[in-house]
Amino acid sequence: MTVGVASKVGAHLDGLRAQGRAALIGYLPVGFPSVPGSITAVRTMIDAGVDVVELGMPYSDPVMDGPIIQQAADAALRGGTRVRDTITAVEQIAGRGAPVLVMTYWNLVLRYGVEAYARDLASAGGAGLITPDLIPDEAAEWLASSDAHGLDRVFLVAPSSTPERLASTAAASRGFVYAASTMGVTGERTTVGDRAERLVADTRAAGAERVCVGVGVSTPDQATQVASYADGVIVGSALVRTLVDAPDEASGLDALATATAGLAAGVAAAASVAR
Amino acid sequence: MTETASTGRPYIQPEPSTGPLATHAGPYFGDFGGRFVPEALIAALDELDTAYHKAQADPAFGAELARLHRTYTGRPSPLTEVPRFAAHVGEGVRVFLKREDLNHTGSHKINNVLGQALLVKRMGKTRLIAETGAGQHGVATATAAALMDLECVVYMGEEDTQRQALNVARMELLGATVVPVKVGTRTLKDAINEALRDWVANVETTHYLLGTVTGPHPFPEMVRDFHKIIGEEARAQLATEIGRLPDAVVACVGGGSNAMGIFNAFLDDPEVRLFGFEAGGHGISSGKHAARFSGGEPGVLHGSRSYLLQDEDGQTLPSHSVSAGLDYPSVGPEHAWLHDIGRAQYRPVGDDEAMEAFRVLCRTEGIIPAIESAHALAGAIQLGREAREWSDEPVLLINLSGRGDKDVATAAAWFDLIEDEPVVKADEGEQL
Repeated sequence: MTVGVASKVGAHLDGLRAQGRAALIGYLPVGFPSVPGSITAVRTMIDAGVDVVELGMPYSDPVMDGPIIQQAADAALRGGTRVRDTITAVEQIAGRGAPVLVMTYWNLVLRYGVEAYARDLASAGGAGLITPDLIPDEAAEWLASSDAHGLDRVFLVAPSSTPERLASTAAASRGFVYAASTMGVTGERTTVGDRAERLVADTRAAGAERVCVGVGVSTPDQATQVASYADGVIVGSALVRTLVDAPDEASGLDALATATAGLAAGVAAAASVAR
Repeated sequence: MTETASTGRPYIQPEPSTGPLATHAGPYFGDFGGRFVPEALIAALDELDTAYHKAQADPAFGAELARLHRTYTGRPSPLTEVPRFAAHVGEGVRVFLKREDLNHTGSHKINNVLGQALLVKRMGKTRLIAETGAGQHGVATATAAALMDLECVVYMGEEDTQRQALNVARMELLGATVVPVKVGTRTLKDAINEALRDWVANVETTHYLLGTVTGPHPFPEMVRDFHKIIGEEARAQLATEIGRLPDAVVACVGGGSNAMGIFNAFLDDPEVRLFGFEAGGHGISSGKHAARFSGGEPGVLHGSRSYLLQDEDGQTLPSHSVSAGLDYPSVGPEHAWLHDIGRAQYRPVGDDEAMEAFRVLCRTEGIIPAIESAHALAGAIQLGREAREWSDEPVLLINLSGRGDKDVATAAAWFDLIEDEPVVKADEGEQL
């Protein structure tokens, strides 16, 4: 990992680890059901037990996302959500005890300007970026800008990653490495890929300080299982679904709080498991 | 910057190319290209890259592909001089058509498909997926899958399955499964998104048979190489016919595979002008077009950096063209590079102009072109005046990339030959 740049998310995860537990990382997209509505939803999620926020920037062509997140992102874009709304949302979410990472497809940052985006995200209080379609090999500008502005950069690894790529991705990441539990797009699955635990071990062996697991994690039981071997449990579609399925905003927030609390309890239940 | 302290690995800046343009290797074409895809796909792209370069060096692979070209596709495709059409281009101008429309399956697409399908057999994968807009690439892929005993799934935007119902039936007759894509704009770009999602989930058994010179490395380089036979044949055929190089090579540009295929053999002959014509749709100012060079800016879509129709935020903008095959918001990265270094020129051709050129070729030469290819024909007509300044007897080589059978319904409606409505109504439940 980079010498000289402290990781906001890394420090937070280390603090939780000192308490003997993994982190719950919750994803919601900006702009669904509206920009203010999404800010309220994220605050609800934090209050209900999410430790780190993954704030999604809606994109027209989200190739790593399954139907639920696509549906929410489509609605957010139709509602006129802009990239700068993400910066505004970060400002209003940061400082509430949960560091905020923005999850974004790369063209949105390229278009904004990599350096300008890093500057604005940092001054809004954001912790860094999760980049599902940017591999470190293509990230020279982002590596420089994230160093300059003290931002975390979370790259992904997958069950198909070779040992060499696990090592280079771990070396380029700051905060944590995002391990995709299974080969596939985001969405709820009945089981978390059994390759996930192996992947976490391999990624640590390749030099990663912290590894969090996402893609397909949706139930409290799965959260317990993943929290027993990973530094964090990333949940997206299952949380977004509570808002998508709700008849109105208020009941959506209730359902979101309930789901989040259940997942947080699931993560906490793993705390007694020897790490 | 030349090195990133944080990874300890040197960052290699794309260097200006000094070698021949024709053999330029990926992943970068100047500032364009690359691999902007999820990490989950990198292993498969590396495997493909390795398999491709190994096959390239293996005479047995080349011999097998050449045999298929000769005995299955019907190569070499003819070169046809079209004097009655040329009279519409300009007095004294000679026009030659490279007849990719006469290939098996009706377009140039088969060249790339056979090459990749042979590679798939070598890699031991059993399932092909593909995207298709007009249906030409889907039909070609379904054809190769039948020939080589591979499972085949084709993703097609729901809107395109309606516009091109006949091609959907062709794919199904060939044993492929056609999946209508009902998300996003329901056109080609969304079909590619779905194909990429399928690939991420099934990459161990599945090859994504990408149909054009876009996408992550090695696709732009590999697909170009599988199509360069078009230009190589045309160059030799012209040498026989007229004993010299053409003054200009003209092609339509959607993703850009037929254009790269015919440009490649002439890239290192600076005296040969290269022109790509993209879909101007209803006109650049209307916003309804697929003119990436006139109306787009550099950005990333579907794995590579190139010119892109995008809004202020970097969201992809919907494209429009009367031709489904040109209706795509981005373009191959090598074209972006050739544009920026000035080696090729790219200009828009509107729906109206393309359809007029379509009509002219039908009436003057007895050849019904694909509407995609009609954009190249219209481009040649645009070039007519300036062509007269190039030489006493200017020679234009046009890639007639596909035939128009699939477009008969569209053209008949355009020219008011039939009532302007679908041949089969969707609500009658008997749609092909």
